[in-house]
Amino acid sequence: MKILVPVRRVPNPDVKVRLMKDGSGIDTEGVNFLLNPFDEFAIEQAAQIVESSEGEVVLVSVGGADCEETLRAGLAVGGTRGWLVETDATLDSADVATLLAAVYKEESPDLVIAGKQSVDTDNNQAAQMLAAKLGLPQACFAYKVELGDGKATVEREIDGGLEVKEVDLPAVITADLRLNQPRYAALPQIMKAKRKEIKKSSPAELGVELASRTKVLGLIEPEARAAGQIVGSVDELVEKLKNEAKVL
Amino acid sequence: MSILVIAELRESELKSATFSVIAAAKVLGEVAGCGFDILAAGAGGAAVADQLKGYGAGTVYFSEGAEVADYTAEAHGALAKALVGDKGYKYVMAAATTTGKDLMPRLAGLLDEAMISDVIGCEKGDGGVVYLRPMYAGNAIAKVVLSGNVDLMTVRETAFDPAQDEGSASGVEQFDADLGELKARFIEFRLTKSDRPSLTEASVIISAGRGVKDAEGIALVEKLADQLGAAMGASRAVVDEGLVPNDLQVGQTGKIVAPDLYIACGISGAIQHVAGMKDSKVIVAINKDEEAPIFEVADYGLVADFAKAGAELLEKIK
Repeated sequence: MKILVPVRRVPNPDVKVRLMKDGSGIDTEGVNFLLNPFDEFAIEQAAQIVESSEGEVVLVSVGGADCEETLRAGLAVGGTRGWLVETDATLDSADVATLLAAVYKEESPDLVIAGKQSVDTDNNQAAQMLAAKLGLPQACFAYKVELGDGKATVEREIDGGLEVKEVDLPAVITADLRLNQPRYAALPQIMKAKRKEIKKSSPAELGVELASRTKVLGLIEPEARAAGQIVGSVDELVEKLKNEAKVL
Repeated sequence: MSILVIAELRESELKSATFSVIAAAKVLGEVAGCGFDILAAGAGGAAVADQLKGYGAGTVYFSEGAEVADYTAEAHGALAKALVGDKGYKYVMAAATTTGKDLMPRLAGLLDEAMISDVIGCEKGDGGVVYLRPMYAGNAIAKVVLSGNVDLMTVRETAFDPAQDEGSASGVEQFDADLGELKARFIEFRLTKSDRPSLTEASVIISAGRGVKDAEGIALVEKLADQLGAAMGASRAVVDEGLVPNDLQVGQTGKIVAPDLYIACGISGAIQHVAGMKDSKVIVAINKDEEAPIFEVADYGLVADFAKAGAELLEKIK
């Protein structure tokens, strides 16, 4: 089985971002970039499927030359080979989905598994758009994936519980947090990943003209909360909640 | 030129998030100078459409055939695409719930449009509507414009107070369409059974973090929740340890909540958790580490071990 896994380079989500003074973007000085955490679950799922049968896990990333580093990180935790669609253009999710659809058509995989959202823009869009553009069914926010004869049964994390959905293959699945436990990159795998094949193409080579219909005019700081107070005891806390905040 | 609100139904019931989307549609309608319609698709769609006719919509469309009876992105996306094509909507919006997040990007893909997730506000710009949305776990608010033919968006429920029935009399019409080959089937819901209110509807939430430690600590949080009539939440760490189900997770990748009172128990206040609760009206933090970042967003902080403070709190509020 050939599985296509889109991966994204994101600023470290555990570090609070700083905005540029003119609001034109975030200050990336000194910020390290990582493989999007949700993509690790997607790669792990794909790797487990391929290891239990056979096939390959093709990682694809869309973005600047630095994304090669992200692809290498993914190749060390289960990816077989990589594909970098290299562009410095500012892309929205619709552009990403269009580029991924072009790669999909070249690769003809049996399945696409993606992370449910990237943790920088929090869009949660590209995989669903990709499915729609390709006329494929989708199963988002997967908690459990079982592959059967030409179909997949997916338990999805939804508000209030789980939903079970069956989709014909090929399909697009997105990974949620509890899908699996991603592996750590072992040193031999990191070394091996350095030699794995990464194909590079430009959007033009894929025959894609970017529409870029989303324009971020600027970023502003959210309103800060007023400073709070430290209370000395549970009694004081209950008293303040009752009489000051009036929420008890 | 008008707005389409996509209502959310599950098992013949209207989900309350829909009222926040209607409220958002009214705000957008003011800015863009237009009215709105509603689409209620799913089993019980006709009854829900009837329930929604007092909220100021032009027309409430419903569809309740077998193909759309249970929600799938494939069927509901195809139906919404047909309605948008038929009526020529300029704006389409749904709640940023797990259903809206599943459906709206698919609809955008079907229509070959871009979209905006988690809209919290909008204002008039030079060439059209400027939307506000959080990014980077809520550490930045982006001002965004779309330049396609249709502006599609999900709306953050907590940013809009639910619309009220204003006694209007919208038209109610059935709308069905050929949905094509769907390649997907809904099998079943496995809903988490709980007597407590749901996270996104509760006015009080008490959340467990790593400092709650174990099943015993979770049981204490549950007792507090029951005493307060509160919903229970959790940080990702507690979900990862398997102590509570994932749908209790509050944070950037879980639920975004804004109750009147949020009590964070043993939660350190990681960026991704704070993103999900910092718009709560009153925040209480109980944590034994006085350096914990949760105290930066708390209105009332108590530096204490949760096992002891939680037990005392339970006694005091009985």
